[in-house]
Amino acid sequence: MIEILQEYWRAFLWTDGYGLSGLAMTLWLLTASIGIGFVASLPLSVARLSRNRLIRWPVQFYTYIFRGTPLYLQLLICYTGIYSIEAVRAQPLLDEFFRDALNCTVLAFALNTCAYTTEIFAGAIRNIPHGEIEAAKAYGLTGWRMYIYVIMPSALRRALPYYSNEVILMLHSTTLAFTATVPDILKVARDANTATFLTFQSFGIAAILYLILSFTLIGLFRLAERRWLAFLGPAR
Amino acid sequence: MYKLTVEGLYKRYGDIEVLKGVSLKARTGDVISLIGASGSGKSTFLRCLNFLEMPDAGVMTLDGNPIRLEQHGHGLRIADQAQLQRLRTRLAMVFQNFNLWSHMTVLENITLAPRRVLGLGKQEAEERARAYLDKVGLPLRAADQYPSFLSGGQQQRVAIARALAMEPDVMLFDEPTSALDPELVGEVLKVIQALAEEGRTMLMVTHEMGFARQVSSQVIFLHQGRVEEVGAPAEVLTTPRSERLRQFLSGNLK
Ligand SMILES: Nc1ncnc2c1ncn2[C@@H]1O[C@H](COP(=O)(O)OP(=O)(O)OP(=O)(O)O)[C@@H](O)[C@H]1O
Ligand SMILES: [Mg+2]
Repeated sequence: MIEILQEYWRAFLWTDGYGLSGLAMTLWLLTASIGIGFVASLPLSVARLSRNRLIRWPVQFYTYIFRGTPLYLQLLICYTGIYSIEAVRAQPLLDEFFRDALNCTVLAFALNTCAYTTEIFAGAIRNIPHGEIEAAKAYGLTGWRMYIYVIMPSALRRALPYYSNEVILMLHSTTLAFTATVPDILKVARDANTATFLTFQSFGIAAILYLILSFTLIGLFRLAERRWLAFLGPAR
Repeated sequence: MYKLTVEGLYKRYGDIEVLKGVSLKARTGDVISLIGASGSGKSTFLRCLNFLEMPDAGVMTLDGNPIRLEQHGHGLRIADQAQLQRLRTRLAMVFQNFNLWSHMTVLENITLAPRRVLGLGKQEAEERARAYLDKVGLPLRAADQYPSFLSGGQQQRVAIARALAMEPDVMLFDEPTSALDPELVGEVLKVIQALAEEGRTMLMVTHEMGFARQVSSQVIFLHQGRVEEVGAPAEVLTTPRSERLRQFLSGNLK
């Protein structure tokens, strides 16, 4: 145990000597994919509920595809599939982007979590009491004003409990990154295991790191809920 | 000159014709009560006035200016969105179920539209909000509460303050006390009565006949989408001419 820690503590926490690794890499994967997914899902969730079919259907199709296939498969397609296409390699910009394993991984993760988040937010928008939207219209808050000031603030708050689940699930999903050679916590654990044969200890350390991360996230979301969901009232 | 006029308003939902040519004229300071059986079209009429529902036909003027509508398919549509926006800032609605924005504090509820629609500064809007909170009889500490922590009567008074903060020309009330527990009805009626006595122009759908008689300058009885009787409250409510109104009133003795 002591040898592993002596040898690998740096790699487990932030660097393997070449770049980010371990905990830092896992956090980066998580924040990048969650961040991109969150921002993109805001307009997509509105589009998902559009009365115009030409706007609604493509979004519905996207979330259907990405929620209906395994993340591992999506990662494989992003990481190896796309780069095997001649036309992609011929394009300097695309070639550069898809040659990098980390880019491919973040892309796959972001697309995946964005699909789930879009559905979560769309559901929350649908659950806003109709009278509140009516009141917004009656007071002249129409179009984008209604979305910015009434619908989205209310929907995002209502979505918090579901969204926090998605973030925790995404944290656990980042463990797939090692299949694309990205040195996250799990990859470091596997390396440590291969080098020392201390299997239980290697993976045990990884498990503890994931536990700490999960509970920190859960704690943060608790605080956020206490603050942002207080409006639901005393009888919640 | 009339503040608000409506001429020949029609509205149908599918095969059901809900409003069959309703007209109304209100001068500044008029308090007009709309009464009628459930389903007679009172709410629909009120909602057509600020175009939460699009009427199928009819002419409406505010301060003598007609709201410009244009033919669109089989119905009408607003010709000028900016005019609709202006209209909605001048008619403020108080709903049966309050419809406060639940994720906002009382103060935020009252300042949102003045700030984001009328363009008031934060400070000015908040001062206005506090003044109207005081006017509807709510303590200042209620300003930072969320609506769900308040009683129904308090919520409806916040909704009235929200309407007042727009400093509208006409206030529309759709059964403002129907969703309240009986012991809370009085506090809300008291606020509305004070507003009526101030000379505000109000249109009110109500089932509270005693209250209607007390505060209205005019009572309109709607029956199946038509104005069946209209006049001063003393006349209409004490000596109804039509059999239908007589029946309606005897079922609504309060
Ligand atoms: N959006 C709608 N779609 C279809 N029918 C509707 C719609 N809104 C109202 N109606 C119908 O129109 C009729 C009049 O409804 P309205 O709500 O105006 O009545 P009301 O006089 O306000 O009744 P109450 O006293 O119960 O509030 C009713 O028969 C109702 O079912
Ligand atoms: Mg009604």
